[in-house]
Amino acid sequence: MAEAPGLPDLSARRSRLLGTGDRRGLILSTTSTVVVLAVLAAIFLLAPGSRAVRTTFFNPTDMWRALVGDPRAGYYSVGEALWLNIRMFVIAEVLILALALVVAVVRQSTGPVLLPLRVVGTIYVDVARGVPLILVIFAIGFGVPALQLRGVSSESAAVYGVAALVFSYSAYVSEVYRAGLNSVHRSQVAAARSLGLSGSASMRYVILPQAIRTIIPPLLNDFISLQKDTALVGLLGSIEANKAAELYSDTTFNYSSYTVAAILFLLLTIPLARFTDHLIARDQARRLAGAR
Amino acid sequence: MGTAMDEAEVAEAAAALRIEELRKSYGAEEVLRGIDLAVASHEVVCLIGASGSGKSTLLRCVNLLERIDSGSIWLDGQLITGPGVDQNLVRRHIGIVFQSFNLFPHMTVERNVTLAPMKVLGLSRAEASERAAELLDRFGLGEKRSDYPDRLSGGQQQRVAIVRALAMRPRLMLLDEVTSALDPELVADVLDVIRELARSGMTMLIATHEMGFARDIASRVCFLADGQIVEQGPPAALFGQPSDERTQRFLRRIVDAGRL
Repeated sequence: MAEAPGLPDLSARRSRLLGTGDRRGLILSTTSTVVVLAVLAAIFLLAPGSRAVRTTFFNPTDMWRALVGDPRAGYYSVGEALWLNIRMFVIAEVLILALALVVAVVRQSTGPVLLPLRVVGTIYVDVARGVPLILVIFAIGFGVPALQLRGVSSESAAVYGVAALVFSYSAYVSEVYRAGLNSVHRSQVAAARSLGLSGSASMRYVILPQAIRTIIPPLLNDFISLQKDTALVGLLGSIEANKAAELYSDTTFNYSSYTVAAILFLLLTIPLARFTDHLIARDQARRLAGAR
Repeated sequence: MGTAMDEAEVAEAAAALRIEELRKSYGAEEVLRGIDLAVASHEVVCLIGASGSGKSTLLRCVNLLERIDSGSIWLDGQLITGPGVDQNLVRRHIGIVFQSFNLFPHMTVERNVTLAPMKVLGLSRAEASERAAELLDRFGLGEKRSDYPDRLSGGQQQRVAIVRALAMRPRLMLLDEVTSALDPELVADVLDVIRELARSGMTMLIATHEMGFARDIASRVCFLADGQIVEQGPPAALFGQPSDERTQRFLRRIVDAGRL
């Protein structure tokens, strides 16, 4: 690992900590971290508008009020509203994983009979990736209710929001899947088919399990992005974390609620990142240990 | 003359594998230019020839991994290259082992071996495991059954690949330069496995660069050049008195390189 001059790479630091005890490297990296953080803090605290920013964005009292909420005062709890983000995210994620896989497999198919499906798949991915998510949310969130269709036009805003997220993100995730499928060497297909496995059995037992290992990091990347983008559903009127923060600032003219929302989103995404690292490490360890 | 014809027909009927007028092109390049070849039951036929002579392509065509342009292939008297043939059904009966092993890296050795018997033949896990254990033990791999392929040496991986193909109890085994990717000291183990298979009567079509091995094991050796079988015969004859000028030149180069 190269010696990082500024903020040291965390994984480099960790490997040194766990490694052969390179004390000099450890002292250097700790010192540089402290120095950099101190400089940043000093810039923030000494800036001409520092006091105003701190009271507007980092006021502990406002942060607490925004977190717990007070319906009688006209604002909701940002913390409670986050629960809606979590539900939207989890439901959307499951649907995206399934829909994107279908799209990817269809686009990877080679049979002449499936050509129409491939064309539809390609057009879908082009459209869904090309239109800004915010426009998709408006189109579905306001368009579908306006159609006045029985059974589909009277759902809550959150449902349309999830539909929009699924529509948009499935296109991205299908490309991630496709990259993963392509990363498995053709010789693996040959080996599977040569044993008499059908095309779909080869896909299920040989190609997909290997592809999934390579796509976990990029997939996680898209899902972190998805977690944040659930905030856009607030545009349809759903009281999710960002909307709740907005209502708080509208009522009190203090933006600390947004800081609370930001912190909560961070708390959501960081465990997901660590969990994925853990999965990757476990997979590697298992394969190296040779145990089942 | 009439009896000679009859004998030929009898031999044809007994052939495990028969290839007629097989042609295959990649784009403008014709790789196989009219191959005729029959392999009798329990026969071991070695294909030799320079890289690019079409040996691998021929094996891949027999396994239906490559679409052929014209000609026909019969397995046990049944046409396998016609329309409406179930390729998956055909491949159950033909095992192939590749130069680069192609084990499934995300599965243990045992799972590599049991996957196809379970998913293709419908064996239970217990039956498939028993079959795998038997074969792995027979080829000295019993202790490796719960290892993942990346923990094994190249020679061990290739032996697992052979076992994986054998677990389907194939009618015919195709070996595609199975020792070419191995370190020299690991070659012997794999060749021993193939010798053992030959002794047990397995019908095999083997593409190889190991001339000494081909001379030992083959019932018949075919020399390929430019997508055609230029010359074939018993190893003693082909290596001893090659009649075709191209065969002579090829073997001379092998001898000069100290490989025969």
